Amino acid sequence: MSALLEVRDLTVSFDTEDGVVHAVDGISYSVEPGKSLGIVGESGSGKTVGTLTIMGLTRSPNTTIGGEALFEGENLLTLDEERMREIRGNEIAMIFQDPLSSLHPYVTIGDQMVEAIRVHRNVSKKAAEDRSAELLGMVGIPDPRQRLSGHPYELSGGMRQRVMIAMALANDPRLLIADEPTTALDVTVQAQILELVASLQRETGTALVIITHDLGVVAEVADEVAVMYAGRIVERAPVDELFARPEHPYTWGLLDSIPRLDRPVSEGLTPIPGRPPSLIAPPPGCAFNPRCEFAMDECLSVIPPLEPSPASAGHLVACHLEPRKRERRR
Amino acid sequence: MSDPLVKVTDLQMYFPLTRGIIFQRQYGAVRAVDGISFEVAPGETLGIVGESGCGKSTTGRCLLRLLEPTGGSVEFDGVDVTHRDRRGLADLRRNAQMVFQDPYSSLNPRKTVGAIIAEPFVIHRMAREGDERKREVRELMDRVGLNPEHYNRYPHQFSGGQRQRIGIARAIALKPKLIVADEPVSALDVSIQAQIINLLEELRSELGLTLVVISHDLSVVRQMCDRIAVMYLGRIVESAAAQRVFDEPRHPYTGALLSAVPVPDPRIARAGEREVLSGDVPSPTAPPPGCRFHPRCPEAQARCATDEPQLRELDGGTLAACHFPLAPGAMAGDGVDTD
Repeated sequence: MSALLEVRDLTVSFDTEDGVVHAVDGISYSVEPGKSLGIVGESGSGKTVGTLTIMGLTRSPNTTIGGEALFEGENLLTLDEERMREIRGNEIAMIFQDPLSSLHPYVTIGDQMVEAIRVHRNVSKKAAEDRSAELLGMVGIPDPRQRLSGHPYELSGGMRQRVMIAMALANDPRLLIADEPTTALDVTVQAQILELVASLQRETGTALVIITHDLGVVAEVADEVAVMYAGRIVERAPVDELFARPEHPYTWGLLDSIPRLDRPVSEGLTPIPGRPPSLIAPPPGCAFNPRCEFAMDECLSVIPPLEPSPASAGHLVACHLEPRKRERRR
Repeated sequence: MSDPLVKVTDLQMYFPLTRGIIFQRQYGAVRAVDGISFEVAPGETLGIVGESGCGKSTTGRCLLRLLEPTGGSVEFDGVDVTHRDRRGLADLRRNAQMVFQDPYSSLNPRKTVGAIIAEPFVIHRMAREGDERKREVRELMDRVGLNPEHYNRYPHQFSGGQRQRIGIARAIALKPKLIVADEPVSALDVSIQAQIINLLEELRSELGLTLVVISHDLSVVRQMCDRIAVMYLGRIVESAAAQRVFDEPRHPYTGALLSAVPVPDPRIARAGEREVLSGDVPSPTAPPPGCRFHPRCPEAQARCATDEPQLRELDGGTLAACHFPLAPGAMAGDGVDTD
């Protein structure tokens, strides 16, 4: 199947007073129709900037963007603003982390949804309202008709996030980008939202890119996972493969450092020492080398390319370690 | 068992809701904490878990008397501190400290790290000479894994994890008996969280601290605590030894909370017969009658809507406030409720 979105060697850097920040430093991935890709990383790994750039939301005089992001053959990075507006919210929709600050506080939910629909569709206000109510019902909001005249502050965090999802789905997007969609929510509500996203994806066949720092969320919704560190993808693999046979020391570190309910407490936690590097002056060679217990001379000078692992097909790793040494974890 | 270090009896904290500017009338109250009792033994780590708005942070603040409870009592080391004035609290202030969630807003940006960590000595007139104080502060910095040479730096020059270490150094400066840590790692990156969890554990065994860890994150609490209290809408719904809570949850809310945590293993995630609760946490201004959890509870029966269950001991030593507790080992049980 051909890819719906294909990102090739995307780079994004910002010129700031302190120097040039290399937020995204050459990442490539693709998403097929109906599939979901999880992008995992810590703050500052470039996971959000990468997708914002694809949506054309980082364009400014002090931003330098390179590479390509092909969406059904069109390069999103070079499209003019007018065409970009046609795509945004229509063919590609986005859900942000914080539903309170992404909804307009003074405008009723109905008016916001109707606007989102009528920007892209030539339909009557009445028809757009009907569609809005239908969407709110679909995402599990009780009394959708009445909710249309309510304001965002009248809703709880989980309900607001449902409104965001309903709005994102309003124009049947081909691709949905969700940036930490459940981070601001309580666990029981998070579970509701994740189930909702998964079932809507099954029904509508939308492709999904989900950005999160939570490996548990990724394990639940993604088909493929890309692990980012300091602006680069360090490992990319199908979800089962990544959790069963992670090959990059950073991925091992992440998996060992999170407290997990499915492991005995006695195993303890093994933190990754140190902290993420500066993106203005990243360490030479592999950006993870100062924190990596396996770092060799080569790691200090040569940036490892993301290459297919000989161990299994479809598994890409950027590490100088010999492939057999990368089978350390099971 | 030795005497408890902290004893909370029927603690109640209502925040009044008022209307009007000049003639203020009270028309209701947020019942943030509504009658909870528990004890913390010396050297023990108690975890308080729950979702936002369940009253866990308010409980922590009442323990330290940063808030004056509207009902019930808080005893610290055998002394009732519930309604003490400033002077009467001196002992509590010295012996009980807090580690805050947000290491960005809980450090004064205009003070050097050295001055921040030395502040407790100043406040409590542990007036040591300049040099001696400086040496103590450096030792504290070293103890929590900060470079003592950074004594003169300002908070903005440190990362989130390092700032949390500064907050911890400040908290242990006076060698307190009790530390209340309110969401100590939730503002930190995942790779840094484990560092702070391990540090708190080291300090606890080294300094013989008693810890109260408040968190929404069950996996964090499980890693750190001996005993866990689960809160829902201002009430404790279940309390037991940590491992027990996770192996054999007895309150349906605890069960739902556990099954809602995403597990970083795709095989388990797919196989999981997860119990997804419907709806949201109701408002603490008007909690539902009867059992507060009954509108969302998969096990609820008629009695639950009228009769509020009290915390009672079940076989195995778990305390649960439920008329129809889950059978031991009935995790991921029937009555799955999806919306």
